[in-house]
Parts: sequence; C-alpha cells; structure tokens
Amino acid sequence: MHLHEYQAKRLFSDYGIPVPAGQPLERLDDIPELLRSLGGSAWVVKAQVHAGGRGKGGGVRRVEDEQTLRNAVGELLGSRLVTRQTAAEGLLVNSVLVEQTVAIAREIYFGMLVDRARERIVLMASAAGGMDIEEVAASDPDAILTETVNPAAGLQGYQCRNLAFALQLEGKQVNAFTRLLAAAYRLLLECDASLLEINPLVVTADGELLALDAKVDLDDSALFRHPQLAGLRDNSQEDSRENAAQQHGLNYIRLQGNIACMVNGAGLAMATMDLIKLHGGMPANFLDVGGGATAEKVAEAFKLILSDPQVEAILINIFGGIVRCDLIAEGILQAISEVEVTVPVVVRLEGTNAEAGLALINQSSLDVLTASDLTEAADRVVASVQVRDSS
Amino acid sequence: MSILIDADTRVICQGFTGAQGTFHSQQALDYGTRLVGGVTPGKGGQTHLQLPVFNTVAAAVAATGAQATMIYVPAAFAADAILEAAAAGIKLIVCITEGIPVLDMLRVKAVLRDSESLLIGPNCPGIITPGACKIGIMPGPMHTPGHIGIVSRSGTLTYEAVFQTSRSGYGQSTCIGIGGDPIHGMGFIECLRLFEADNDTHGIVMIGEIGGNDEEQAADFIQQHVSKPVVAYIAGVTAPPGKRMGHAGAIISGSQGTAEAKISALEAAAVKVVRSPAEIGSGMQSVMPS
Repeated sequence: MHLHEYQAKRLFSDYGIPVPAGQPLERLDDIPELLRSLGGSAWVVKAQVHAGGRGKGGGVRRVEDEQTLRNAVGELLGSRLVTRQTAAEGLLVNSVLVEQTVAIAREIYFGMLVDRARERIVLMASAAGGMDIEEVAASDPDAILTETVNPAAGLQGYQCRNLAFALQLEGKQVNAFTRLLAAAYRLLLECDASLLEINPLVVTADGELLALDAKVDLDDSALFRHPQLAGLRDNSQEDSRENAAQQHGLNYIRLQGNIACMVNGAGLAMATMDLIKLHGGMPANFLDVGGGATAEKVAEAFKLILSDPQVEAILINIFGGIVRCDLIAEGILQAISEVEVTVPVVVRLEGTNAEAGLALINQSSLDVLTASDLTEAADRVVASVQVRDSS
Repeated sequence: MSILIDADTRVICQGFTGAQGTFHSQQALDYGTRLVGGVTPGKGGQTHLQLPVFNTVAAAVAATGAQATMIYVPAAFAADAILEAAAAGIKLIVCITEGIPVLDMLRVKAVLRDSESLLIGPNCPGIITPGACKIGIMPGPMHTPGHIGIVSRSGTLTYEAVFQTSRSGYGQSTCIGIGGDPIHGMGFIECLRLFEADNDTHGIVMIGEIGGNDEEQAADFIQQHVSKPVVAYIAGVTAPPGKRMGHAGAIISGSQGTAEAKISALEAAAVKVVRSPAEIGSGMQSVMPS
C-alpha cells in the first residue's frame, strides 16, 4: 500500500526525521487559515497522487504570493495529474501539500527497502539526489552506495557513518545523518514498511538536513497489526474495479486487451494471460478467484469482468484440486443465469471430477463453449473474438 | 526413492485442530501420509482425528519422533510456528500459510541460517512424494509415482505440470511448491541439487514466474551442476511492470524480474523452455531419452 507524501511526512515527523514546514489542503476556502498557521512568504504546492514524476507532470508549483497560491491550488484540486508513472487518464488530485520553500545547498538520494535476494534490509544512498534513481542505477551503478543490515544486530552507527563520509557530509551533518537513518530504520521496522525513500534529502543553505520528499510503501500483509496506518489508504488512487475485487476476495488487475479471463490460482492466472497472447489475442485482465470458486464468487467475478466495456469474450480456466469441478460448473452456470452475460464464454475445467463438470455445462441450455485442454480453450476464445470483429 | 520425504516420514500438523488443519490432515491421512499427531497450544492431551494433540512442538517431537511438520496457523502466528518447529529440531518445515508479513520472514530466515531445518514455503501448496507422503494442500489422486521431479513457485501451475506428466506416462518422484512470497525457504537451486542427486528422478520440471532473480540463478546452477533434462515454464510474459500479480513476489521492478530475462537465461543453460503452459508434458517428451 502506498502512502501520500503528506502522510509519509507526518510519519517522518513522528519519528524525528526533519521535514519542511507544511500542511495538506483539500479546499480552496481553507487557504487563509493555512497561511495564518504556516506563515512564510514563498511556498511549494505539491499534488498528492500515488505516482512519481509529479514535477515534470506539472504537479509541483512554486508560488510567491497568496493569489498565485490560490490559482495553483485551484488548478490542481479536482484535476487528474498525468505523469510518466500514471496511466493515460492520470490520477485524481484530492489534496495538495503546501510547504514553505527551502534554500537548497545540495541534494542527496536516500532509500531503504527489503532486498529479497539478500533477505536483508538494505540502505541505499547517492550523491545524485533528485534524479530518477532507476536511471542512476542503470547508467552509473557505482554512484549508489549500499549498506546491508544484519537483523540480529540492527542498523549500526558505523554503517551510517560509512554512507555519510562517502557522501562527503561534514561536521554536525554526519551526526544528523546518522540520527536520521536510525529514525528511518525504526520507522520501517515499526510500521512494517517495505520501502522508504527520500529523494531528495537536502542539505539546506544553513547546513541542515531536510527530507524534501517522502515515499513510504507499507507491506499489505502486515496491515492487520497497524489499523491506524491501514486507515490511510486512499482508494481514489487505485482502479475502482481493483478495489471492488478486493472486497469480494478476488484478485483483479485490469489490462488493455479484450479477452477477459477468470482463473483459480495466481500462477495459472498469469499463464492464462500469456496463453491468450500466444494464440493471437490480448488479455483484458488478471483475475484470480482463489481456491474456493463458489457460485457467489464466480458471479462477482463475472460482474467485475463485464464492467469493463472492452471485454468481448471470457475464458474461464479452472484446475479443480480440493474443490471439485462439478461444483465449480454448477457455480458458473448459476452465475451466468444470474448475471446477464452477453459475450462468448469458453470454459476449460481440469482436475477432480472434470468430466462431470464439463458434462453439466454441455447439457445446459446456456450458450457456453467448453474445451478439453488449454490449447483448445485459447484457440476457441481467440476465434470467438475474431468472429465478432469481422461480423 | 524420492527427495526430502517418503513413506516413513513422521509428520505432525501445527494448527491441527483448526478448520484448515483438520481438513488437510484428514486428506493427508487418507493419502497414506504417516501423520503422527498435531499441535494446538492449550489443547494438549486431547485426541483429534484419532491422533494425539500436543501443546508444544517440542512435546510432539519427544512423544512421536516427528521429522516433518505442516503449518496451517494464521499469518499473524506463522513466524512463531516456524521458529518453534526449528527450535524443536524438526528437519523439514512446510508452511502453507499465506500473507505472512515480509519482516517476519526476514527474521525467520536469519534464524534458520544457523539451523539444520529446511523450510518449504510459506504461501505454497507443499510437497508430495506420490504414493508415499503428502504434506500440503495439493489434490492427491492426480499424482502418479514416477520419475519427474517438479519444483514450482505457483500452486495451480504445479497441478498443470503434475497432470501433464502423469498423462504422458512419466509420473513424479517428488513435487515441491516453493511458494510465491518474496522471502521464502528452499529455492530452485536447493531443490535442483536434490533432484540431480536422486537416482529415481530422471527429468525435472521447473516452473517460475516474474519477479526477483531466482530463475536466473537457477539457470546458472543448471548449467554447471545439472545433467538431467530440465523443462521450464515461466509465467507472466504479459504482466505489466509494477503490479503485484496475486503473489507478493510476482512483481516486475524496472527491467529486473521480467519473464523474457528469465527465459533467455534458462535457454542459455540449455533448458527446454516451453512458451505455453499446455506444453509442459510434450516438452518433457521432447527432451527425455525414449
């Protein structure tokens, strides 16, 4: 789960990581009140969306009087911001963060994440702050300094000093940097964050360290023990169908094609998408209905798939293991008669009681095609779309 | 022969009296697994499925000589359960539980480095040696005793591989689902090493997916250490970057972890990579000596 910058900065403040003076804003009418408590004479207005590249996308504005501030806020609130990381339709801006401007002497990159290969928390720092760190990693990997934390010992002072001196921080900045990293490490552990990134971490003209930006991702699997953090989720930043799916225990991701699929198991769901492509079609979604493919779940899955106007056919691919295929077939038939399904449906069932399941579908009066194996299923569903397109 | 488990393996279940533990313990017993008891804290001394219940894994090991455990406890308690099994000297820990926090697994793995115990999972279907021992949630009857070793990151795709290798007459020596989480127990390399050393395994199916670089490392290992024919399938060619495709580990970050990168690494190691999940069985036929 992603946090907004203003939410991440609030966490930073709680943990003692210095951030610029700033406040989130959701209504134009609140500007006078905000300026009274925030003060200052120049500000930065930052659109709060779950995507990077906001600066280049026009989502970060520097303003020097109340009227231009009002104009910038007015333009951003309620608009959809498009950046290189968003889809073409962009993301809705529900709030902005207004901060006092900062006089910057230099910019540093700092990040901390769980490295799956090392099975350790890794710290990364680079003197190339403010830049896209993926580009730095690709073009000049030596410019990224790393320290790996042994979980038994935790983050050590020497590791922070290694980074600080390599970054050529000086004087009291070294201790300030060490304190900042220790706070960030504590935050990552205590909040079950999977990523914490400060890009840029700036040294101000006065020689102070300040987190100018903040990115925190939380581990979805750990939200059960952080109810307050779970409440920070902003559903407007995610696909509405993906949200609806989650509520019904379905795992759905929308793609760009026209052939929908409904599958049990994440690996098989990915493989089914690949299979559609291999046979000349384009998958419309990833959809894992999970182990217990009940009639209720299948019905919800149909509703979800059909709410995407691009969908022209549906491939159902179920490998019945513990759940029997005849029960799944009953569920599919019940769901189709409940939900108005207007596009061709191809069903491939394999595993426990597959023959009984396919027989049930073939005997029904509903217009559903069956397939005896994966290849035939893919061929049939791709052909059904081509027939539609040419008619 | 087989790897890791056979008909003599003594197995216990943690989370024994819960709904999942009960259902899958019964399935394991029906399959012929030598289940010797289970653990549910606070229910020690009771009998469940006609087997003894213990309060702790240590007590279960002392009384039954258990060598393997299958864990069905909820995600919040799973790290504790794995560490309890390791502390009690269980050799093979199979954790089925899905949704364990990443930082919990990080701590678990740090402890297991100094332990003799092997971990399979979490978030996996488990391990089965057909006709001998089933530890996990896979449907038993579709497996056939035979000579193909299967190792996979995905549950239902493993079933595809089992189904196809059964249908093409090879059967399976042992099948292992290593799980879909970013930080997990045994990986491809450990399983490949065991399959290579097992006289009863004549060929290997490896099923990977997008995310991480386990498949690339496995390709290196195969090139240097595996003489048996290997067929691989990698899921996620069509997956968009940055999206979590069901499994927490299945996410492409930047250019790392793409299906194409994994496929070319495996092909460079002379692995037969099939592009369709329907071709796992026929792919095996094309590389096995007839």
